[in-house]
Amino acid sequence: MVAKRIIPCLDVKDGRTVKGINFVGLKDVGDAVELGRKYAAEGADELVYLDISATLDGRRTFTELVSRIAAGIDIPFTVGGGISSLEDAARLLDAGADKISINSAALRNPDLIGQIASHYGSQFVVVAIDAKCIDGTWHATTHGGTVPTDKELFSWAREAQERGAGEILFTSMNHDGTRSGYPCDTFAALADTLSIPIIASGGAGSVTDIADVLTEGKADAALAASIFHYGEIPIPVLKRELVKQNINVRI
Amino acid sequence: MIAIVDYDAGNIRSVVNALERLGVKDYVVTSDAEVIRSADKVLMPGVGDASYAMANLKARGLEGVIPELRQPVLGICVGLQLLCSSSEEGNIRCLGIFEENVVRFRSDDPAVKIPHMGWNSISDLKSPLFKGISEGAFVYFVHSFHAVEGPDSIAVSDHGGRFSAALHKDNFYGVQFHPEKSGPVGAMILKNFIEL
Repeated sequence: MVAKRIIPCLDVKDGRTVKGINFVGLKDVGDAVELGRKYAAEGADELVYLDISATLDGRRTFTELVSRIAAGIDIPFTVGGGISSLEDAARLLDAGADKISINSAALRNPDLIGQIASHYGSQFVVVAIDAKCIDGTWHATTHGGTVPTDKELFSWAREAQERGAGEILFTSMNHDGTRSGYPCDTFAALADTLSIPIIASGGAGSVTDIADVLTEGKADAALAASIFHYGEIPIPVLKRELVKQNINVRI
Repeated sequence: MIAIVDYDAGNIRSVVNALERLGVKDYVVTSDAEVIRSADKVLMPGVGDASYAMANLKARGLEGVIPELRQPVLGICVGLQLLCSSSEEGNIRCLGIFEENVVRFRSDDPAVKIPHMGWNSISDLKSPLFKGISEGAFVYFVHSFHAVEGPDSIAVSDHGGRFSAALHKDNFYGVQFHPEKSGPVGAMILKNFIEL
C-alpha cells in the first residue's frame, strides 16, 4: 500500500524561507535548500515551497531558488505562489519542480488546469483550494480566505479533477491557524467525491489531529508549517506515533 | 562514461541532478546513437505518455539501437515501460526486451487511487541493483500504468495488486519508481547500477 505522506510547507520571500527558528545545527535557517534538506533527512516525504514574494524581482529569485532546490534535494517537491499561466508552469518545470500548485489563478481561469495537465501531465498539477464554511456551505475563497467565490468546494474539486488536476490540496480557512484539528467529516466527504489524492492542510496542532485526518478524514497526505518549523512536533516523532497507530508511513 | 538518453520524454534534469549528487562527473545527455553505443552505462529516463515516448525514441532512430546494447542499461519509469513487450497506453508495441506487458492499474477499491503516486514499499528484491537495500524499503512512484509481475521481475510492489517495481534481463534493468527522487534508498540503487 502506498504510504500516507507528511509534507512540510516552507514559505519563501525574495528567495529566503521566512519561518523556521528552532533548528539546532542549521547554519542558515533562511536557506531554503538547507532547510529542505534537513526536513528530507528527518523523513519528510515531499516538500512544498510557497513563493510569497510580492515583486517581480522576488519571483525571478524564486525560479533560481527552484533550480538550487532541485539540485540539492532528493525527494519530490511542489512549488506554488503566483503561478497564473502555462509559461509560469513551464519555467518552474524547467527549473526542476516536480509539481506546481495553483489556487486563485485556477479559480479565475479554470482552463489553466487542463492546459498545464495536457502539456506536462496530471501528476504535475496540484489544485489548492482554500475553502470557508459559510452558513453550512463550503465556498472556495481567494486572498487568504477573505474573499469568498461562487465556487462550492465539492463541485469545484470535482471540476478540477475532471480538468486534469492530479491532487487536491484542501485548506479549511475556518481551521487554518487555529491548531484545533481538521474538519475530518468534510475531508472524508471530499475523499468519497474524488478519485485523486487529497492533501490536508491547515489546523494541525497535535499528532492526534494529523492521525485523525489521515484515518477518519481519509486524506492521503498532511501538510503543515508551524508545527514543524518551530520544532513542536519533529517529523521523526510524528512518524513514530503514526506507526504506533497502525498508519502506513515511510520510516 | 554514462549516457543519459535524451528523447524528449521528461525528467532528464532530475536524473542529472541525482548523478551530480553522487559525485558522478563523467556523463553525457545525448540522442546520438554512436555516443550511446560507446558509453559504459546507459540511463533511459522518462515520464509522461508511453506512446508519445516510444514515438520520440523512433523519431531519433533509437528503437533499433537500444535493444542491441551490451553494456548495462537502466530504464526509469516510462523508460522501463519502453523496454517491455507492449503497453496499453496507446496500445503500442515496445522494445520487447522484457517479456512482461504494461497495463493500466485497475481497481474497484476507491482507496486505490490512480495515478499511483507517493512512497510505496518494494519487496522480493533479487538483483545486485538492490545491494544494501532492505526488503520493504520505500521508494517514490508516479504512474498510472505498470508492468505485470513476471519472470523478469526483480522487485515487486503492491497497489491494489502486485506489479513489477523492477525488471531485469541480461544487461537490461528497469525500475518503475524514481530512484532520483527516492532519497538515500534511491541514491543507493543508482549507485549500485553505476557500479555494476
